[in-house]
Amino acid sequence: MIERALTPALMAMCLIVLFLACLLGSTPLPVDRVLAALFGGADAADRLVIWSIRLPRALAAFLVGAALGLSGAALQGLLRNPLAEPGVLGVSASSSLFATFALYYGLVALNPWVLPIAAILGALAATALLALAAVRTRSVVTLILIGVGISSFAAALMSLMMNMAPNPFSLTEMVNWMLGSVANRSFIEIGFAAPFMLAGAAILLLTRRGLSALTLGEEAASGVGLTLRNQRIFTVIGAGLATGASVALAGAIGFVGIVAPHVIRPFVKHDPARSLIPSALLAGLLLMLADIFVRIIPSQTELKLGVVAALIGAPAFVWIAMQRRVAYD
Amino acid sequence: MTSLRASNLSVHVGEKRLVDAASFEIKPGDLTILLGPNGAGKTSLLRAALGLQKTATGTSELDGDSVFDMAPAKRAKHIAYLPQIRPLAWPNRVRDVVSLGRYAHGAAVGKLGPDDARAVDRALSVCDLNQMADRAADTLSGGELARMHFARALAAEAPLLIADEPTAALDPRHQFRILDLIQSYVQDGGGALLVLHDIELAARYATQLIWMKAGRIVSQGSVEETLTQDRLAEVYDISAEVQGTRISMKGAL
Repeated sequence: MIERALTPALMAMCLIVLFLACLLGSTPLPVDRVLAALFGGADAADRLVIWSIRLPRALAAFLVGAALGLSGAALQGLLRNPLAEPGVLGVSASSSLFATFALYYGLVALNPWVLPIAAILGALAATALLALAAVRTRSVVTLILIGVGISSFAAALMSLMMNMAPNPFSLTEMVNWMLGSVANRSFIEIGFAAPFMLAGAAILLLTRRGLSALTLGEEAASGVGLTLRNQRIFTVIGAGLATGASVALAGAIGFVGIVAPHVIRPFVKHDPARSLIPSALLAGLLLMLADIFVRIIPSQTELKLGVVAALIGAPAFVWIAMQRRVAYD
Repeated sequence: MTSLRASNLSVHVGEKRLVDAASFEIKPGDLTILLGPNGAGKTSLLRAALGLQKTATGTSELDGDSVFDMAPAKRAKHIAYLPQIRPLAWPNRVRDVVSLGRYAHGAAVGKLGPDDARAVDRALSVCDLNQMADRAADTLSGGELARMHFARALAAEAPLLIADEPTAALDPRHQFRILDLIQSYVQDGGGALLVLHDIELAARYATQLIWMKAGRIVSQGSVEETLTQDRLAEVYDISAEVQGTRISMKGAL
């Protein structure tokens, strides 16, 4: 019963929070003015605030969260481990490294598609490496350690670039990228990331049935008829596209992909396939809420969304890791 | 009538020959049990015959079609495969795990079509799992888990079954229960190949025995023909007295 109501309830909550994000801000707007602005009425200033600032920002937070939640849930299903997540596995770090590289060398100025494509290539490089490692090792702990390695290496290269940054401006730019934020995003930037997110989401959703089969372990999953190699390739590409696109839009934001599926799993009877859509919605919801929080708390410089996500997500990661029983490895 | 015919299968890993030119056939009505000491290559042989392990030589054919070229989903509709039981990745519901047996038929867990639902319900009641169908699998005892996995294989409604140590770590009563279930599956027209470590239990249930040692099949045939004192010495290096299907073991040779 709860399971059937889960997805519609989350959708409704997402819409409510999206609306809330339009209401709240440095200058709160009353409900009637927001509604008027949303539906084409109201004065130009209100419309500008809603359509150019608040709505795209909230939508960007939702899309980034949803892409990360979906990728996290799918990677957890593939690797059969609740700690697998784009951030932990180094996918986000590798992706933001490639994106920063493109920014640093001015490649981004050539074509607006360069940034999302660089970020996606970075994400795919990391996921492909992980998938290769997954063929060689059966241990998921090893995989996570490889992810930690990828993450550290990407961070080291990032530090190297910061070290050699020509001016404080590009330094700030890079820091923004590493911390993760959806401030000042417009529908144009969303438009460049969304197609990749949708493609990644479509791949993950179309191949989700195999994730249920993987519950049995790889041997038994191929026994019931799963083509393991294809499942690995599709999940890796899908998660790479979705994560890369979210990094292109917001930089590296960690841990949403762990927390959301963890909360959702008991509601869907721990079936990985059924956890994908609710995990995406919940992660989108959480990131929208975190972004509203970032906007309304009074502070000198605005907090970065990625910082808030990590402040909540990292302790949750430790807690989930400590809850785990050895038996599942 | 579906049958699986493996001929001249060899599996090499590096220099080591895990399986050396092994041939066998499984067909409906046969309950074949594969016996042999640890490291004899029993699991490798099963995996090779299913196309899950790279082979150096040989073929494996399902009604004349090569299993190696077959899509896993097509193979799974004809052969249900139960590998050695591993813990599940998540604490799924028993019914959902059994539903995974319908994977090759296109069933999605939690959203079963009428045919799939009927097969799952039937498997649950045959294996006496109805009361625990909605429980999480991690709350089950060893015997219940073994029945759940067997129910998953049964739900596939495949004509053939290959099971690797389906009675491992079970007490005698649960071993009998699983083997009774497999025996009635065979009596209903299925064909099964099992790996077992209990020779006496194997002799009681098998219609055919395959004896394996150091990668080679050293003998295959009926229990009466192949279960002898000399064979136990040759294959297992144990000294034992054999009277019909009764074995009294004396110790290692």
